[in-house]
Amino acid sequence: MEDRKRRGHPMKYNWNWGVFWEASPEGTGTYGELLIAGLGWTIVTALCAWILALAIGTTVGVMRTLPSKWANILAACWVELFRNIPILVQLFVWFYVVPELLPKAWGTAIKQMPNAAFVTAVVGLGFATSARVAEQVRAGIQSLPAGQAMAASALGLTLPQAYRHVLLPRAFRVVLPPLTSEFLNLIKNTSVGLTIGLLELTARARSMQEYSAQVFEAFTAATLLYLLLNVVVVSAVRALERRVAIPGQVGT
Amino acid sequence: MRFLTLALVAVACVAAPARSDELTGTLKKIKETGIITLGYRESSVPFSYLDDKQQPVGFALDICRKIVDAVKTELKLEKLDVKLNPVTSATRIPLLANGTVDLECGSTTNNLDRQKQVAYTNTHFLTATRLVTKKSANIKSLDDLKGKTIVSTAGTTNIKQMNELNTAKKLGMTILSGKDHAESFLMVETDRAVAFAMDDILLASLVASSKDPAAFEISKDALSPAEPYGIMLPKNDPAFKKVADEATAAFYKSDGPALFKKWFQQPIPPKGLNLNFALSPQLEKMLSSPKDSPDPAAY
Repeated sequence: MEDRKRRGHPMKYNWNWGVFWEASPEGTGTYGELLIAGLGWTIVTALCAWILALAIGTTVGVMRTLPSKWANILAACWVELFRNIPILVQLFVWFYVVPELLPKAWGTAIKQMPNAAFVTAVVGLGFATSARVAEQVRAGIQSLPAGQAMAASALGLTLPQAYRHVLLPRAFRVVLPPLTSEFLNLIKNTSVGLTIGLLELTARARSMQEYSAQVFEAFTAATLLYLLLNVVVVSAVRALERRVAIPGQVGT
Repeated sequence: MRFLTLALVAVACVAAPARSDELTGTLKKIKETGIITLGYRESSVPFSYLDDKQQPVGFALDICRKIVDAVKTELKLEKLDVKLNPVTSATRIPLLANGTVDLECGSTTNNLDRQKQVAYTNTHFLTATRLVTKKSANIKSLDDLKGKTIVSTAGTTNIKQMNELNTAKKLGMTILSGKDHAESFLMVETDRAVAFAMDDILLASLVASSKDPAAFEISKDALSPAEPYGIMLPKNDPAFKKVADEATAAFYKSDGPALFKKWFQQPIPPKGLNLNFALSPQLEKMLSSPKDSPDPAAY
């Protein structure tokens, strides 16, 4: 007993779970409200970036399956560029480097834009995620039997019509589960936005621990909020999967 | 045999409490392991940072090494191993609380919120919030910042002060938040913000190490009272704190000005920069009559 006490070092930490109800020094409310405001930015950033990523990712993914060689090369370049550079570096380049490369007046306009950090984070994360979405979409389309495209063309559908009415609706059903993972990753990746001054959930947790010195409480709360958010997303997508399922098809 | 066992038990009973009376907490741990662990920062120039050989050096580390010497003498150890452990602003309190580091040697502000978790030895620096701007921006006072965009580092007392000033004086400034001091400074360098509000000593080192130090100026007027920096040590450990307090007090009085000169007024590693930071009367007083108070008014 004596021996164990001597070797083990007791944790000297003053737990205070009531800290979330204490006023934060930024003067905008309690520490709890500080974190919730951060969660709001995380959600808004993730949703906007996801819309951008889906739009670009679908276009690029389709381009990779088109019969045109140039469309293929262009799409492959996009994917390799945005998925092989760390997101941290991409955001840094968008925020600090790109405005310097533009003509001076444009650069200044971008720098003085209100919410510049938010817009940059949406563009940066949206582009980076689009590369991954494109690969999922391509995989979905290529997983369909070749007969599907042939049947569509035999019915007299043009190429755009075949994609719109036959290939994409089926491909999206196949790749819905991996796309969900991409969205969950995107939610967590928004925390990289703190490096360019986006005050999202992780940034707020860091501020909170600096102000209050309650490190573990701040990061525990942030962890639980991320977990909660992701559980909500997963449940919503499950419901969506059931709604759009075609009886007897793969991926349902 | 039986007698021997009894005798041993009796000796153990008498000896054990006597020993734990002598030493407790951190000193006891150091005596038993023969190791003391110093926490250091990787880029808090000139307090605690890595030099060109990736070795931690700095003003605060030199002070910590004096405390280590005092601990060694106090415990009458022949050999005391010093382990160095990097810390960040987010990890310094947990690592001290769980006993991974015994002293945090950096540039941590001593305030009452942090004293709920840790203790501080005698203050080793005083710093006030000032603004760094580009000379070309021609910012002379706070009024020149009306409606402008400024930056400070997230989670610092400085950003809190700027928010308060902004509301109190109705300046209508947009206040950006940088991830760390380097990024906040970059925002001024790239004209995303006209001014960076931060501890004056940190601004001096950022300017000194920038590409063009002559392009920047640091405001004359301080925006806050001087805040004390202290070396953190575990809370509720009076014996260890006493050794640290006595060692730092004696050291500041005898060699404080010389040590200050070494790190603030002479070329320092890795690039031979000279911060040219004056020893103000307030700092001089801090060295000649050492205190561990978190209250700016005490200095």
